Amino acid sequence: MTNRSKLTGFWYVLPALAFVVTFTAWPFVQMVWISLNDWSLITPPTFVGLQNYLDAFADSQFWVSLRFTLKYTLYLTPILMIGGYLVALLVTPNSGLSRFTRTVVFIPVVIGLGASSLLWYWLFSPNYGLVNKFLIDLGIIDTPILWLGVDAELSLWAVIASITWKVLGFGMILFVAAIQAVPHEINEAAMVDGAGFWQRVRKVTLPLTRRTILLVTLVSVIGSLLAFDQFYIMTAGQPRNLTATSVFYVFLNSFPYLKLGYGAALSMLLALIILGFTVIQMILTRRADT
Amino acid sequence: MTQVSLPQSVGTDPLDFETKGVGAAEGGGRFWSGRTRYLLGAVSIVMCLVMLTPIVLSVAASLKTTQEAAAVPPTYFPSELSQDNYRKLWDYGSGLPRYLANSVITAALTIAMTLILTVPAGYGLARFPIPGKEVIFVFLLLALIIPYQALLTPVFLMFSTLGLTNSLFGLAIVHTMIQLPFSLYIMRNAFEAVPRELEEAALVDGASSWQVLRRVFMPNMVPAVITVTLFAFVMSWNEFLGALVMLTRDTSLTLPLVLAATRSVTSLGSTDWGMLQAGVTVAIIPCVLVYLLLQRYYVSGLLTGAVK
Repeated sequence: MTNRSKLTGFWYVLPALAFVVTFTAWPFVQMVWISLNDWSLITPPTFVGLQNYLDAFADSQFWVSLRFTLKYTLYLTPILMIGGYLVALLVTPNSGLSRFTRTVVFIPVVIGLGASSLLWYWLFSPNYGLVNKFLIDLGIIDTPILWLGVDAELSLWAVIASITWKVLGFGMILFVAAIQAVPHEINEAAMVDGAGFWQRVRKVTLPLTRRTILLVTLVSVIGSLLAFDQFYIMTAGQPRNLTATSVFYVFLNSFPYLKLGYGAALSMLLALIILGFTVIQMILTRRADT
Repeated sequence: MTQVSLPQSVGTDPLDFETKGVGAAEGGGRFWSGRTRYLLGAVSIVMCLVMLTPIVLSVAASLKTTQEAAAVPPTYFPSELSQDNYRKLWDYGSGLPRYLANSVITAALTIAMTLILTVPAGYGLARFPIPGKEVIFVFLLLALIIPYQALLTPVFLMFSTLGLTNSLFGLAIVHTMIQLPFSLYIMRNAFEAVPRELEEAALVDGASSWQVLRRVFMPNMVPAVITVTLFAFVMSWNEFLGALVMLTRDTSLTLPLVLAATRSVTSLGSTDWGMLQAGVTVAIIPCVLVYLLLQRYYVSGLLTGAVK
């Protein structure tokens, strides 16, 4: 071990370490400081302590955005989990058609959220969109539905439909890998005991893939809590900022409104919420392991 | 950061495992028997149709004439094929070539920075005794815990003093920041998987650690480098919020921003739907192609990277 001193390894890690210190850790420290100041970029910052946080709690739009984001997360996550798991069960056996279906269902995952949101913005457009055209052709509706930006509830479901299409394949791929990792013998033993398909899913597959289920849940929950592109593009927060998510509200305050201190405080609150979910997940995963 | 053990893949498809899953026990060598098999086949085909239809319709709309693209009620498929929308997109704003170049340059810079940072770091963390190694590793994964969306304000302020706003290099730094934890994780795992004997033989011959990295490890790192490159490309090509914050000058916009802008800017003040779908098609094609060509790396990357 002559030429492998402790320092050699450190030199290799140093560039990445310097990068993370400069572009992640240091901005984080700055953000904490900015959040304690009243600062609108044009005027110099003045220290106001926790005032921005108190303002946030008293700000009705902060709560509207947070509630809307949580609602979106609460509706979307079960759809993605149950839908993804069912598709995974469907395509787990390695037949040609299964492989093809896996590939196809995963395609929307690789395209950009911006592009997919614009695609669905068009499909959901009242007069030019093919969703209304299709529903009218089927005789389900007579007049075009105003899907986006008019009614908050309807907008929410239109965005959920587009996101389900976009990210269903993500959970599916991870579930397929997890289901395939379940030892064949356990399934066979359950069959010998006379367990049908759904009984085996319930008694064998679901319990043995719970770690992946937790993981996909966390990824979906965090992704949904940080939703921005799809709402910025499809609803622009309309009507009356009722569909502006938490990240959207941080963005509005920090950039168009230039309320940097307030935006930073909102960011901190958001980061804390995300951290809370990560910690819950870690605890649950540890428990699932034992 | 515990690891779940995944089964060893037998073929080139990372999901070709020897165990066949819960459906496999249903009927000997076949997974399902008789009518069920046909029913499931039909469900799979419907599933594929549902997933492909939006993309097919978008590509079809991009090939409509200007009049047909603005028709009410709309048509499902173009009655005649036209390049109108692509011509308009080509000349839109500073011109499509400019925006494509911006996106490609940003992605290339992101890939380069990500590799330059994570290949040595993965090597160092996997192969050397570093004091406080675990702490350093967790610190490097910091961006996983702090969402980058929350850090954009201080990064924007830092970049305005450094003159890195409206700069593709600046945006590439943001993208590298987003992509670093995942890439580092993939790299460290790949370095750890190389057998110690290979490395020791080279060290006995008196090679330096740098020579060992280049001659012994790099040939074994090709799959990991492809995976990291692939994910960095797709993320950078599609990333929206960071670009929205960092870039304001028209000549420096990347493709996703241009697409969002075409939504509301036309001669008549309404959306040019045909051109919008041409833009969506242009944005989608590279990602879908790269995925179809490198699917194996994509899926294995996802399985290693997401399962942490």
